[in-house]
Amino acid sequence: MNWEVIFAPETLQLYGEGLLVTLQLLLELLAIGAVLALLMALALTSRQAWLRRLVGAYTFCIRGTPLLIQVYLIYYGLAQVEWIQQRWDDIWPWTYFKEPFFCALLAFALNNAGYSAEMLAGSIRETPAGEIEAAQAMGMSRWAVLRRIVLPSALRRTLPAYSNEVVMMLHSTSLASTVPALVDVTAAAGRIYSDYYLPFEAYLAAAVIYLCISFALVGLFKLAEGRYLAYLAPRRH
Amino acid sequence: MNAPAYKLQVENLHKRYGQHEVLKGVSLAARAGDVISIIGSSGSGKSTFLRCINLLEKPQQGRIIVAGEELLLKPGKHNGELEPVNPAQLQRLRTRLAMVFQNFNLWAHMTVLENIIEAPVHVLKVPKEQAVATARKYLEIVGLKGVEDRYPAHMSGGQQQRVAIARALAVEPEVMLFDEPTSALDPELVNEVLRVMKLLATEHRTMVVVTHEMGFAREVSSHLIFLHQGLIEEQGHPREILAKPKSERLTQFLSGNLK
Repeated sequence: MNWEVIFAPETLQLYGEGLLVTLQLLLELLAIGAVLALLMALALTSRQAWLRRLVGAYTFCIRGTPLLIQVYLIYYGLAQVEWIQQRWDDIWPWTYFKEPFFCALLAFALNNAGYSAEMLAGSIRETPAGEIEAAQAMGMSRWAVLRRIVLPSALRRTLPAYSNEVVMMLHSTSLASTVPALVDVTAAAGRIYSDYYLPFEAYLAAAVIYLCISFALVGLFKLAEGRYLAYLAPRRH
Repeated sequence: MNAPAYKLQVENLHKRYGQHEVLKGVSLAARAGDVISIIGSSGSGKSTFLRCINLLEKPQQGRIIVAGEELLLKPGKHNGELEPVNPAQLQRLRTRLAMVFQNFNLWAHMTVLENIIEAPVHVLKVPKEQAVATARKYLEIVGLKGVEDRYPAHMSGGQQQRVAIARALAVEPEVMLFDEPTSALDPELVNEVLRVMKLLATEHRTMVVVTHEMGFAREVSSHLIFLHQGLIEEQGHPREILAKPKSERLTQFLSGNLK
């Protein structure tokens, strides 16, 4: 075991840079994924059958294929499309497709949105019918019922499942290391491994970093659940 | 402008599910301060009738007039059901008809206070401080002080139903609709809810109550309707018709109920 290399300043700096990329990827993919998931969950529970089917087909494909394949399809696959190649030098928004970070982010966000949308849609469908009737009987419009009753209740009930999804997503960002020129925590470990031939130390250090982020995320979600799901907890006297 | 003679008029209401006719032309008229009890065996259509009044169920035929304003209805696409011409009018009239449900239907993710101020603040646009003051007043009336920050799941059924009554009172409705408000309660909790409803009756609130509580129907209501197979079989002053039922159906129903 050679831990001196791991704790050497330049190694720590590499891990630090990797950590920033991982965190940036995670936060941005969650932000984009959440917006998309909300819209898709509304589509999945809408009255329009074609909308439900369209988004249902999307989540089926996303959830039915490996994330790594999705990353490859967007990073390598789209780059093969001539129509995009002709545009990515100067026509917005196609210029983004030349950036590895953007391609990884897009793949992760689309994947996260597919899973989160199904979770939220499930919670929306489980809203007690009586609560919706009570809101209608109080004179709320359809939009008000959705905004004031259905979504606040469904979002809260989705929290525990969503916290799992977030931790899974954190670990999935390690797949970004397969995109060249993108150095996240896993890619940083890979470099240290190849530079010093210290596989065990390099990946163990990466594992510890992921473990710490997971710990912090789970803690944050426990706090949020304590606050927003208090109504489901047993009564405290 | 003169106050309309009736707080609520329902005329010739028909409702069917598929081919099954649940209501075959039921009417009702409530003046200010009337407490109308509707009784009948299960399947008689009494809950459906009440739920048609605020259009939670859509009737195929009939008129609904709240405090002189008729709810404008037009034929819809589904099974001949009527639809509101203008959803905004339906929403406005619904705020004048507060409903108390059998299963309370409080919003589980909101505290007691949030439940009560929700409609006043977000539907009627009452300033929040005023809505909170009103909520506290009605919580006191239903005998629940100091529970503002509790969640519904942490309360007994009787307490939840009293919160639901306070929630209905908070919109200051013209008419209160009660859909079997004590049927889901343990026997020992029924009385605390009935006591509140009696109190409201003595305050001359206009109430339409679907109930199995014969004692309440007899002592508190000013008018009693007995529904049988979608039609009004008998109606009148509760003491008279409960003491001397004219129809055989009501006699049968009462012999099963008053033991």
